[in-house]
Amino acid sequence: MKIHRMLKKSLAITGIAFCAALPAAAADTIKVGVLHSLSGTMAISETTLKDTVLMMVEEQNKKGGLLGKKLEAVVVDPASNWPLFAEKARQLLAKDKVDVVFGCWTSVSRKSVLPVFEELNGLLFYPVQYEGEESSKNVFYTGAAPNQQAIPAVDYLMNEIGVKRWVLAGTDYVYPRTTNKILEAYLKSKGVAQADILINYTPFGHSDWQSIVSEIKKFGSTGKKTAVVSTINGDANVPFYKELGNQGVSAEDIPVVAFSVGEEELSGIDTKPLVGHLAAWNYFQSVSAPVNDAFIKSWKAYIKNPKRVTNDPMEATYIGFNMWVKAVQAAKSTDPTAVQKAIIGVEAPNLSGGTSKMLPNHHITKPVLIGEIQEDGQFATVWETEGLVPGDAWSDFLPESKIIEADWTAKLNCGNYNTVTKKCSGQNF
Amino acid sequence: MESDDAMGVGSPIVRSRRRRVYALVLAIFFAAIPSWSVRAEDAGLEAALAGLASRDFREKGAAVAAIAESEDPSVSRILEALLDARLFVRAADARIVGAEGEGDDVAYFDAATGLAIDAADAAGLKKIIVNNRMRTDLRTTLARLRLASPDAEVREIAAKSMMADRSPRTLELLREAFSKERDAGVRETLRVALALSELESDDPELQLGAVGELAGSLHGEVRNALAALIERSQGDPAEQGEAVRAVRAAAEAAIASIDRKRSGLALVETLFFGLSLGFVLVLAAIGLAITFGVMGVINMAHGELMMLGAYTTWGVQQLMPDAIDASIFVAIPCAFLVSGAVGVVIERGVVQFLYGRPLETLLATFGISLILQQAVRTLFSPLNRAVETPGWMSGQWVVNDALSLTYNRLFIVAFSIAVFAALVGLLHATGLGLQIRAVAQNRDMARAMGVRGSRIDAVTFGLGSGVAGLAGVALSQLTNVGPNLGQAHIVDSFMVVVFGGVGNLWGTLVAGLGLGIANKFLEPFAGAVLAKIVVLVFIILFIQRRPRGLFPQKGRSAGVT
Repeated sequence: MKIHRMLKKSLAITGIAFCAALPAAAADTIKVGVLHSLSGTMAISETTLKDTVLMMVEEQNKKGGLLGKKLEAVVVDPASNWPLFAEKARQLLAKDKVDVVFGCWTSVSRKSVLPVFEELNGLLFYPVQYEGEESSKNVFYTGAAPNQQAIPAVDYLMNEIGVKRWVLAGTDYVYPRTTNKILEAYLKSKGVAQADILINYTPFGHSDWQSIVSEIKKFGSTGKKTAVVSTINGDANVPFYKELGNQGVSAEDIPVVAFSVGEEELSGIDTKPLVGHLAAWNYFQSVSAPVNDAFIKSWKAYIKNPKRVTNDPMEATYIGFNMWVKAVQAAKSTDPTAVQKAIIGVEAPNLSGGTSKMLPNHHITKPVLIGEIQEDGQFATVWETEGLVPGDAWSDFLPESKIIEADWTAKLNCGNYNTVTKKCSGQNF
Repeated sequence: MESDDAMGVGSPIVRSRRRRVYALVLAIFFAAIPSWSVRAEDAGLEAALAGLASRDFREKGAAVAAIAESEDPSVSRILEALLDARLFVRAADARIVGAEGEGDDVAYFDAATGLAIDAADAAGLKKIIVNNRMRTDLRTTLARLRLASPDAEVREIAAKSMMADRSPRTLELLREAFSKERDAGVRETLRVALALSELESDDPELQLGAVGELAGSLHGEVRNALAALIERSQGDPAEQGEAVRAVRAAAEAAIASIDRKRSGLALVETLFFGLSLGFVLVLAAIGLAITFGVMGVINMAHGELMMLGAYTTWGVQQLMPDAIDASIFVAIPCAFLVSGAVGVVIERGVVQFLYGRPLETLLATFGISLILQQAVRTLFSPLNRAVETPGWMSGQWVVNDALSLTYNRLFIVAFSIAVFAALVGLLHATGLGLQIRAVAQNRDMARAMGVRGSRIDAVTFGLGSGVAGLAGVALSQLTNVGPNLGQAHIVDSFMVVVFGGVGNLWGTLVAGLGLGIANKFLEPFAGAVLAKIVVLVFIILFIQRRPRGLFPQKGRSAGVT
């Protein structure tokens, strides 16, 4: 054991020494840009992803690098400041000349860097579940689109739990609003009446949930099974769940299914009152698969903290990184245009034991898992889709985006193709 | 507990150990032969338990039903363990093992035989995971079993959870329990549950009686059941008999009376929500009312002093993890002292040099607030800290079936009133209070009278800061304890103090409560975001008309601060 650890340590030291010696040999490396906030409000979530990319880079270098060259990570800090994201992206692409960028968390930061990547023809791997309605030539979306998270979660509640009344509760910004718009349209298409849907928005960091929980309780007391679909973001979740517990709303009465609460978020709170509430993701740390066990082990060793958890965006980063590596190997070049062509159809293992594939619309196939929160802050998978779900960039449940298609193969070569007017409108990068 | 497969099933060490176990178990068996020989016949339970080891929730659910049907005396013990996530599968031999007790003195037992198992043989346990559907089933099953419990409280809960389940089997069970029940409270619940079951029958006479029984009840199930009854009896009145129509009329009348009562109670509830929000505002603002109101110092670091109080609560809980219930009472004086001491340091170190220069004070204290935030980030990490809620503060006080008040809010209301009363008492009934007020009104005159002005300044600032620490203790029970806690409350606090009238504690109280109640009454119509905006706009307009707030200071002291 000891020798093993020493070996690892010495390896790490060699790694550091190697990195320090890199600038001299810069021409012989492939540069990997990391664009995640390391300070400000988003630092809590994004720092983990920066570490994940660094770990992947280190592991790839241990395997002998890529195309005979070593990988070199270039880390910048956009400080949870959306305009700064665009500036830092420009710096990475124009000044540091990175070959690929892994980064962004919030949708607004992605929207902010999008024009930069399109102008300078860079590659961005975006690892977080998002609201969809986008497909850029330069961005690869390895997190879930709404049809890979929200829609299956609603299906589960409707078919398995028999939910008839719906509360759509969210924080007041673009992701919850778009997701709820899609969900509302979907529910109505399934014959749910307007009177059985309650939509509620709260500001960021909302802490007084008394009236809202009381309203949910009343809404759910009509005898029909009620569930809350929560797009409440960040730490406003803690007082929300606390209030649910205090007012005696248990997961058996009114289950809450959350799209933004993962292992990392749960690690900071007392999970006893949350047991039984649900979350929908494409990955849980508790998934039993040899590839997942190996990933968790190497993550804990890399971060030197046996208590750290893994989560869904980390898995998305893992898949994205491996897909990029495979595409570069296939294209025998890191040139963005060549990689864009080569990556479509590339397959890489996901951590739940299957194989994800990059689709022509720059989204990937993923399994969808529904988990119940356990007392130890982990999720127990209670349901999963049979097979993988392909990510849909443009929702089929909104009339305006139903007719839009994204396909970056030679067939259309467009991220926003209108099937009615037969025109590639707007986003034609 | 994770699955621990370190010991392979076939390894020699395990085998020899297992042989020892068998010997041990055998010995126990012989010691306990009378009970064992009875249970050995009960193969049904054994077979049913095996289903629990499955990964499929449907199979597990079927296993639960089978266990319940086995009518073994240990059924409730097993199901309770399953519900509380204390039931495990032993990896070595797939036997189901339960655990009882907490911490270091966990005792294990074999679910099939009910016999104790040595802790050493309880290695390699994998927890049996249940989902919501199973939990619901478990609770209903347990409720049936618990209806005969000797504890009245347990029977009450059992009766309540049986209201939702209106099968004929339940009706029988309820009738039997009702005839035996002596406790008045449980009898009442059983009566409602029984009436609910009778509503389902086809006999109009029985239904009419049941509606009469239910007329006064506010329980959620009752209204739904009555509404469902009305819906069922919809149809051509001409074809329906007199009796059916009578039942419907009675049900409609009952619903109308329930709705009337409920809307009254909803008003009380909203009022309580408003009051509790208001008292949180008052608590957060009252320290500021002293530093800003009485001393005239704009202390932008006030929020961070609250944050320190909240972190102190967390620290105290870390020091006494086994006594969370009592920790809050230790945290209250600790938080007061910590925040108070920091306040005194701020006053002596910075603010005392800036009296009479409000702009500089504002900037300096803003700088201090950033320093404090960053210090906490570096010291404790930017992640939020989990502050546990003491057992006696979680849950709610059930006034009746339609109105219940949460304990944590009740505690905060009481705590706020106590802090407010103590402060008013201190300022108006003690020598120190007199000196504070004297210095605040006219520093030079007070000094001429022999009051040590600078010492009083430090004490006053420390007092205001300490009260901010107390607010932090309360906030730690409501919201996230993290470096940004202060920022989230500083604006509200200033708003309350300015609205209430600077320099007036009573003004702060009225303003805080007023804003809280207004907010909660607006929220249902306007939503949380808009309600906040409306309140803010109102305050801006109000300040335009009355710049000195609700209760402006009058007379000579008005011009001084």
